[in-house]
This record gives sequence, C-alpha cells and structure tokens, in this order.
Amino acid sequence: MAETTIQQHQGEHEAGKLGMWIFLFTELFLFGGLFLVYAVLRATYSADFHRGAEELDAFVGTLNTVILLISSMTVAMSITAIRRKESGKALLLLVTTILLAGLFMVNKYFEWSHKLELKIYPGSPVLENMERGELLFFGLYYMTTGLHALHVLIGMILLTITAAKVRSKQITSESYLLLENGALYWHLVDLIWIFLFPLLYLVT
Amino acid sequence: MEKPGHHILSYNSLLGVLVALLSLTALSVWITNFNFGTLSVGVALLVAAIKGATVLTYFMHLKFESRILKLMVGGVFLLFALVIIITFIDYLLR
Amino acid sequence: MDQTNKYTHTSYLENEGRFKGILSWLLSTDHKRIGLLYMNTIIVFFLVAAVLGLLMRIEKMAPGADIMDAQTYNGVFTIHGIIMIFIIVIPGLAAVFGNFFLPIMIGAKDVAFPKLNLLSWYIYVIGAIMGVLSQFVGGGAPDTGWTFYVPYSAESATNVLFALTAAFILGFSSILTGLNFIVTIHRMRAPGMGWFKMPLFPWSLYATAWIQVLATPIIGITLLLVIAERTLNIGFFDPALGGDPLLFQHLFWIYSHPAVYVMILPAMGVVTEIFPTFSQKPVFGYTAIAISSLAIALVGYFVWGHHMFTSGISYWSRWFFSFLTFIVAVPSAIKVFNWVSTMYGGSIDLKPPLLYAISFIFLFMIGGFTGLALGSLATNVHLHDTSFVVAHFHYIIFGGMGFAFFAGIHYWFPKMYGRMYNIKLANIAWGILFVGFNVLYFPLFIIGLQGMPRRYFDYLPQFETGHFVSSIGAFILFAGLILMLYNLVRSRRKGPWATANPWKGVTLEWQIESPPTHENFETIPEIKHPPYLFKKEND
Repeated sequence: MAETTIQQHQGEHEAGKLGMWIFLFTELFLFGGLFLVYAVLRATYSADFHRGAEELDAFVGTLNTVILLISSMTVAMSITAIRRKESGKALLLLVTTILLAGLFMVNKYFEWSHKLELKIYPGSPVLENMERGELLFFGLYYMTTGLHALHVLIGMILLTITAAKVRSKQITSESYLLLENGALYWHLVDLIWIFLFPLLYLVT
Repeated sequence: MEKPGHHILSYNSLLGVLVALLSLTALSVWITNFNFGTLSVGVALLVAAIKGATVLTYFMHLKFESRILKLMVGGVFLLFALVIIITFIDYLLR
Repeated sequence: MDQTNKYTHTSYLENEGRFKGILSWLLSTDHKRIGLLYMNTIIVFFLVAAVLGLLMRIEKMAPGADIMDAQTYNGVFTIHGIIMIFIIVIPGLAAVFGNFFLPIMIGAKDVAFPKLNLLSWYIYVIGAIMGVLSQFVGGGAPDTGWTFYVPYSAESATNVLFALTAAFILGFSSILTGLNFIVTIHRMRAPGMGWFKMPLFPWSLYATAWIQVLATPIIGITLLLVIAERTLNIGFFDPALGGDPLLFQHLFWIYSHPAVYVMILPAMGVVTEIFPTFSQKPVFGYTAIAISSLAIALVGYFVWGHHMFTSGISYWSRWFFSFLTFIVAVPSAIKVFNWVSTMYGGSIDLKPPLLYAISFIFLFMIGGFTGLALGSLATNVHLHDTSFVVAHFHYIIFGGMGFAFFAGIHYWFPKMYGRMYNIKLANIAWGILFVGFNVLYFPLFIIGLQGMPRRYFDYLPQFETGHFVSSIGAFILFAGLILMLYNLVRSRRKGPWATANPWKGVTLEWQIESPPTHENFETIPEIKHPPYLFKKEND
C-alpha cells in the first residue's frame, strides 16, 4: 500500500513538472513574438538600432546579467539543499535569490528613471524627433524589459511563497514540486534575459 | 543507471556552471570591442545561445531528465527557429 | 435502448460533496461537469452569434440599408467573428468533448490538473463577458473585423481595446486547456495503453493541444503590442512612426492559421470515433490517421502566409506558403480516404451521428477544395477578400467543425445524460440543417467568383439573386438549429433512459455506466487490445 502511494506521489511530481515545462514553452513563445518583432525591425533599421543601443548603459545591463546568473545558481542550489534534507540552507538560498531579484529591480528602476529624466519614453516629444528606427528601438526596449520585469516580479512572488512553505516544512525532501517549479520559472526569467541583454545593450 | 530526474547536482558543480556563465558574459562584453560588421548580431546571439543552453542543461536540470522532455525542448526551439526563418523568406527576398 | 428503468448507480449528475445546487457545478473540478459548463456557455454564445449572423443575412436580403446602417453592420460582423472564433470554435470541441471524454477514453479518473481545468473555464467566462461588453461600453462596438488588422485597429475610435483584451484572456484559457491535455495524455493513460493503443479522438486532442500551447502565446504578445500601440503610442505596426503593418499580419496569422487546426483537428477526431462504431468495423488505417493529425498540426504551423498573398509579401514567400498549403491538404485527404474505407463493407447503421459525420466529409471536402483555389497564387488574387472566402471558411468551420460538434453531441448524448433523444426528430433536424447550410453558403461562392466583396453591407444589383437565396438558406438553417436544440434540450430531462452502450461502441467510454459515475471507473481498466476491436474479429 505504502509503495503505491509513493508511486502515485512521484507520478504527481512528474506531471506537475511536465506541466511547468509546457507553461515555460508558452512563455518562450510569448517573448519569441517580441524577438521576431525585434528581428524584423532591426533588419529594416540596423543603423538606428546601433545608435539606440549606444544610448543604453551597458554597465547596468552587465551588472543585472551577473545578478540574475548568480540568483539562478542560488535557486538551483536550494533544490540540492532540500533534497539533501538541509532545509535551513535551502531557505537561506531562496531568500538570497529573492534579494538578488530585488536588487535587479532596483537597478531597473534607476535605469528607467534615468531614461525618463532624459524624456525618452513612448510618445515623448524627444523620441518623436529621433530617427524612426531609434523610436522603435526604445519602444522595443520598454516593451521587452517591461514584460521581463513583470516576470521578475511574478517570480519573486512565487519564490516568496515557496520560501514560506520551506520554512513551515510543507516543502521537504519528499515533496518539493513547488520549489522545483518555482526554480524552473526563475531560470526561464534568467534565460530570457540572457537573450535580451546582448540584443538591447551590446550590439552597438 | 539512475531514473530520469533523480540526479542531485552538487554545490560545487553548480558553482562551476556559474563561473562558466560569468566568463561567457565577460566574453560577450569583451567582443563588442571588435567590429564584426553585419555578423555582430550573429556573434552576440551565438554566445547567448551557448549561455542559454548551459542554463537549460544544468540549472534547469535538462541533462538528467527523460528523453521525451529533451525532445520537446529541442522541438520547441527548432519550431521557433523555423518561424523566424520562414518570416525572413519574406523580408529578405522582397 | 428501450430500457425503462432508471439507472441505479450514482452518476456525476447527482450531487456529491460539500456544495448543492448551482454551486456544486460552478465549483466542481470534475472534468465531466466542467465539460458541461463549457457546453452550456458555448451554446448560449452560439445562439447569440447565430442571431447576429441571421441579422446580417436579413440586411443583405435586398440592396440598400434594410434593417441597419453601415457602421452597425461593421460592428455586427466584428462581434459575430469574435464570438464565433474565439469563444465558440477555438475552445469548442476540445473544451466540451475533450474535457468530458478524454480522461474516460484513456481510462483515467480525471485530467492531470482538475483545479487548473476549472480555472481555465473561469478565465474563459471572463474573456467571453469582456468580448460581449466591448459592444456596449464606450466608443461604440468595435468595427475592425475579428482580424484586428492594423493600422485601422490602432486608430479606430471604437472600443477595440476591450475586444483585444477579451481575445487575450480567452487565449490564456485556451493555453491552460492545452497544457492540461498534454500532461493528461502523457501521464494518465491506463496501464497497458501504449501510444498506439490510444483511441483516435485523444490523438487528435494531443495534436490540437500542442498547437494551443505553441501558437496562442504569439497572438497574446501581438494583441498586447496592439494594446500598447493604442495606449502608449509605441508604433511597431504604425507606418507613420516607422512601424510595419505587414509584421502584424505575419504575427496575427502565425497564430490564427494554426488556430484553424485547433478547430478542425478535434472535429476530425470526433468523426473518426463515429465511423467505426456505426460501421461496426475497426477504423481503417489507424496509424495513418494518428500520424496525420500530428502532420497536420506541424505543417499547419507553416502556412500562415497564404492569408497574405495580396499584401505584398515577397515572391519566394508566396511560393513557399502556397506550396506548403498544398502539402497540408495531403494528410487531410488521407483522413478522408480512411473514413470512407472504414465504412466500406461495414454494417452501416444510419443514425443521426453518422448522418452528421457523413455530411461533415461532404462539407469539409467542398471547403477543402475551395481552399486549394484560394491557396493557388493566381486564383487567390482574383478571389481574395470576396464572399468566396467567406463561403470557404464557413464550409470548413461551420460545415466541418460545427457539423462534427453536432455529430459528437448526438453520438455521446446518451452517455452524457443517460437518456436518448428522439431519433426521428434528430434526423429531420439534420436534413433541414444540411439543406439550409448549402442554400446559405453555396451562393456566396458564386457571387464571390463574380466579384462580391466580403464585409460589405450593400452590393450591386447583379448580386441580388445570390444574396436573396443565401438569406433564405439562413432562415432554413436557423430553423434546423432550433429544432435540433429543442430535441436535445428536451431529451436531457424527458428522453427515455438509454443503455450504457446504445451504439455498440467499443472504446472505453461505452464500457462504463451512462451517465458515468463521479470516478468514471471503479477500478482502472487494464488495456490489452487495440482500441477498435469489434466483436466479429474478437471471437
């Protein structure tokens, strides 16, 4: 009897994980649509896109990349910790991940407010007077980083719930589907940034 | 042979993956000093793709998952690449 | 079938659990109840959209403005399209019969994520309500057509924003259903049911679910971009700001063409279940049908450009899309051959489900062949944006998906409600529907060839006869619909009790009680045979 419950439990874990992966596929295609828009517009206005990218701060972009990569590692480590029954360590790693995510958002906030100070935002007169391609570049910049930041926020909420459940021992080495799925989601946020970063900040 | 999805990655190997990813990030910043002309987007995307594949394989644990899941992930990326290529049959050959 | 006694088991229709009355439905995570929730919602919306369609036909009965002005007409065809496409046919078969029968046919007690399943119904209802509200709130009814083409959809003063958001939300519901079905099929099949022992309706749902998951996000982001265009003045698609309106068409059809296969694949799955049962013969070419579902899903992803032949895409692009459009006809044809071969030499029982299934083949083939006329580059230029296109996609969507829905509901009705409808009345309703359908849509082919544009509320005198005949057909069709629905709705409560297996079907849903119990199966069955083994071969 006990054996069938364990099997059933493993079945649910596998099903839940597969469901998460399929959800990630839809997220990939959501950003994929934006990527396609970027590709087409870039092919049309490559010189303007170069100029646009030069106006972005590559240092902030690189910093945020590093932050996200480290946070991706900490969340992966928290799975290792929980499976080794070190739930205190798992909690610590999760909290680190959430703090790093917060740091990413703080950076993003300063980056965006700097742009707003320069009056570069969709519909602003400054932008309207730029080349068409630059205008579209900044439109894409706001759209992609905005949508990505939204995903960072959702990820933070998801990981906070997970951390609470690790703390209250609802997530254990026997049952850690939520942690695994939360981590998968967080890696996706990282994965998307890995592609956004060079396309927006580096290709100058 | 372990069952798929049951491998536990050690802290050290995860740290190793992070070091690799950070080096690739440094590489992608460093190569902006060189002018590849029209290829620059391609080079940047190539580095990003290697980084992305690393995240998928180790952080997202794909290396240790079932074959069907690997097939799905591969299929999804292939499908997306085809969509891009087919769209560009229009844009590049007008 | 003449069983006079009520069944003795506790069916899913009877309450079990905490809630009573309407709440026991609205909060149920039982896949069968959710299937019925979808069905009832869809029928209500279908009637609304059908009445709108009828109004358009009345308007076009005679030249000039008869019952509405041009702007109202624009609003009516837009909302008719939005309701029919996003609220009815895209969820349609998968959400109703997929929810109800997928778990049963693969020998499971429920879908993989029952709560998510209920959530997706709620999301669907919110989206549907927003779609309807867009008609009444601010700015006036949207007038862009269901395709939301920019730049007009970014400029129109009407309430496009609401309609865009509605479509976005409905897409989310569709994704969740698809996700649920993929995991269900992967993880929940009964022991012994290998992939190629699975019935063909689940196969078609599997292919459909992948399209839902992988195509819908593209329309999601596209609608989001149009919303941003309207609210933030971003300009990706606006030529005045340097944007590219053709890019919108690409993105829109990258989703909306595969969406056609979201509509038609489950329809094909339904009739594939019906032909063997009513011929009492195993399905012909099981593997070919299963694989062709996947092939249609895959190739169907790469033909979106055939909606844009006259939009100014490159020559090679047109060539490529036209070529693939012809390729995608091949797996569809394979299915048609297999259905006909299934019937060949079988002991055919001409009951309402089979009548609908056969007329599905007939109408689907007319729709398919005219599709090839539209898929050819030369003829497309002549036919683009004429009522020929309108007739073509109504033959596919209504004649195909719609008739398959009717076939499915007549096939599974006794299982879903444990009662039988009036077969004679169902046959008569089928006859009226079939005649009405052809009288309504066939003339549109002819006047389309002669140059009648689509989406016009008025027309030149030479098209008068065609429009008049077509409008007569609309009334006949509507009468048939009412009769069919009357028969079904009445029989839900008043029909004679049905046996567990009135049609002598062999798939799993016919091996359990009618209506099914809450748990479907007392013990999960072990599968030893391929799905379509009829008695004769068994003995």
